[in-house]
Amino acid sequence: MAEIVNHAKLAGNFIADQNRTNWHNEAVAFLRTRRDQGVSTVKEWEQLRDLASQIKDNVLSNLDAYLLQFEENALKNGVHVHWAPDAEAHNQIVKEILQRHQVKMLVKSKSMLTEECHLNEALEDIGIEVVDSDLGERIIQFRKEGPSHIVAPAIHIRKEEVGELFHEKLHTKKGASDPKYLTEAARIHLREKFLQAGAALTGVNFAVAETGGVVVCTNEGNADMGVHLVPLQIHCMGIEKIIPRQQDLGVFTRLLARSATGQPITIYTSHHQQPKPGGEMHIIIVDNGRSTHLGKADFRNALKCIRCGACINTCPVYRRSGGYSYGHTVGGPIGSILTPGFDLKKYRELPFASSLCGACTDVCPVKIDIHEQLYKWRQVVSEENLLNPRKKSGLKIVAGMLASSKKYAIVTRWLRVGLSFFPFLSNSPKLNPWTKGRRMPEMPSQSFKSWYQKNKPGKSTLP
Amino acid sequence: MKVALFIPCYIDQFYPGVGRATLQLLENFKCDVVYPVGQTCCGQPIANSGLEKEAQPIYHHFVKTFLPYDYIVAPSASCVYHVRHHYDILEQTEAVRHIRNKTIDIVTFLLEVLNIKSLDARFPHKVGIHQSCHGLRGLRMARPSELMAAPYSQWLTILTMVRDIEIVNLNRPDECCGFGGTFSINEEAVSVKMGQDRILDHQINGAEFITSGDMSCLMHLQGILRKDQSAIRVKHIVEILAGNGNNEY
Repeated sequence: MAEIVNHAKLAGNFIADQNRTNWHNEAVAFLRTRRDQGVSTVKEWEQLRDLASQIKDNVLSNLDAYLLQFEENALKNGVHVHWAPDAEAHNQIVKEILQRHQVKMLVKSKSMLTEECHLNEALEDIGIEVVDSDLGERIIQFRKEGPSHIVAPAIHIRKEEVGELFHEKLHTKKGASDPKYLTEAARIHLREKFLQAGAALTGVNFAVAETGGVVVCTNEGNADMGVHLVPLQIHCMGIEKIIPRQQDLGVFTRLLARSATGQPITIYTSHHQQPKPGGEMHIIIVDNGRSTHLGKADFRNALKCIRCGACINTCPVYRRSGGYSYGHTVGGPIGSILTPGFDLKKYRELPFASSLCGACTDVCPVKIDIHEQLYKWRQVVSEENLLNPRKKSGLKIVAGMLASSKKYAIVTRWLRVGLSFFPFLSNSPKLNPWTKGRRMPEMPSQSFKSWYQKNKPGKSTLP
Repeated sequence: MKVALFIPCYIDQFYPGVGRATLQLLENFKCDVVYPVGQTCCGQPIANSGLEKEAQPIYHHFVKTFLPYDYIVAPSASCVYHVRHHYDILEQTEAVRHIRNKTIDIVTFLLEVLNIKSLDARFPHKVGIHQSCHGLRGLRMARPSELMAAPYSQWLTILTMVRDIEIVNLNRPDECCGFGGTFSINEEAVSVKMGQDRILDHQINGAEFITSGDMSCLMHLQGILRKDQSAIRVKHIVEILAGNGNNEY
């Protein structure tokens, strides 16, 4: 059985370093501040969100037809289209394409899908060098880590740490931490790689059904640099990346960058529609659990996600627990509603890693009801008997007590503080986690109910 | 108009003064108000833990207890939100629909049902408003900063009726305090850190008091304030509005 991702424990480890936590909180919240500034210039923001949500509803309800339309048009454009039911099939397809062309080195631009499929490891196993060309991705690749954020994969790493890493890997000056200097070094390093590569692979932000083309949004231009310099280009997309028409694209590009970083648009919005003369273009359409998710009425619209990261930047829990506490490529609120659909046993704790504050839902550009889904996943976890059994029986007892005036009266009279859903019974932090960082409220001499019955006897209606 | 007072279970047990202030406030505005003593809880702690099905007998008890009244008024946006929003899993009988429509937070009731324009209260202190998430985003008692709409806040509107009060501006006026019910235990480290950060925002902006429409958030913040021996105090909004701002708990 897969190991359970224990968010509370992982978050506790992260928070133990208070300085890092404070810094991480501010760094991520800064993206949210920028988002607010960017979004405030668009008067019709809320209408755009409605429109995007409706377009995605339409897509999810007609996904099969749109995918076939997309494939038909892509084939007409001379593109090779592949269908991958799962991560393994996806990796196998990439391997075969690269082996057929005897590619020794692949440059990748940021793709959360290939992270999800663990493509790098699969290719390295057969001796193909993979170079992640997004700066953040390259940093975490050097560190042999996964991304901690879907848009800013290295946001958990400080510039001083990048300086040490680059000193070791790229021979930059020891102790250097100037972002401009370090970026310049990475730029030179990556340009060498772009020139040496035999093939380029990118993720896909949008796949347009009516044209058969894919759209890739980046800020660094690395996807373009990669694709333009090689004869062989591969684009990997989840089945949910479809939008129906070219004219729908504007709705999403206006929402995407503003929600992510507050930019009006990403620096590069690249349209790839056909192979270059003498070149080859492949599109791999990946399911990997998505169609199963689509079948779950309460949870399907999580597939509307355009991976902007706004819910993550907004989430007060993510900002203080870090991306790795979610145990998956996609963390934060959106990860917590997607991953239980892929592996409920492993990710059962994630729907509880939220105070249900609802900020994620209000910030989401495609109006996914994220906090409602967190609540609903909690119900599923309980129904599937994946709650801690002791906790569940305790809650059942409390539920019985709260459903009856008499039981409530008896229990509160005898225990007074006996509401076992607040384990306030002990002042010892070992027995009562509440008191590790907090004091217990003081117990008043009488409850409101007792006071009312004594002081307003005429008005006390019967239970 | 018959008004029922709904005092959430934790307020009943830990903060009876908040219950008395709510009652007094309604009586000040000449409401025909009754506290049905058979009441227990809205069921939220059970349902939020994943046992929504097991919470249904609590929901039925709530509906039965409060059915005879025109309004069910509570000093807790969170519990009101639970009733209005999550009682959707019950069969939507006329009784259930009545309860869901008429269960209302005290501040909204004063402003939108009684249409009050003034009140007799004085609180000469610097106060930071903690906009509880269920009031803010659940009941839309104020505009969340995520949404691009004209700003408004029922809490601010009603507190400006209080004489000599000074409301302080916060850097993150609508960030969660980290209580979250059982979240405060399950995710103890994150919960406390969120609370500490929330308090810091009030502190650096000079608040003497943190007020809120939800005592559960305040209970959590108070726990941290006391542990850290801070001079900042918490005060449920009804106590300020009822002119009982000097009560201690």
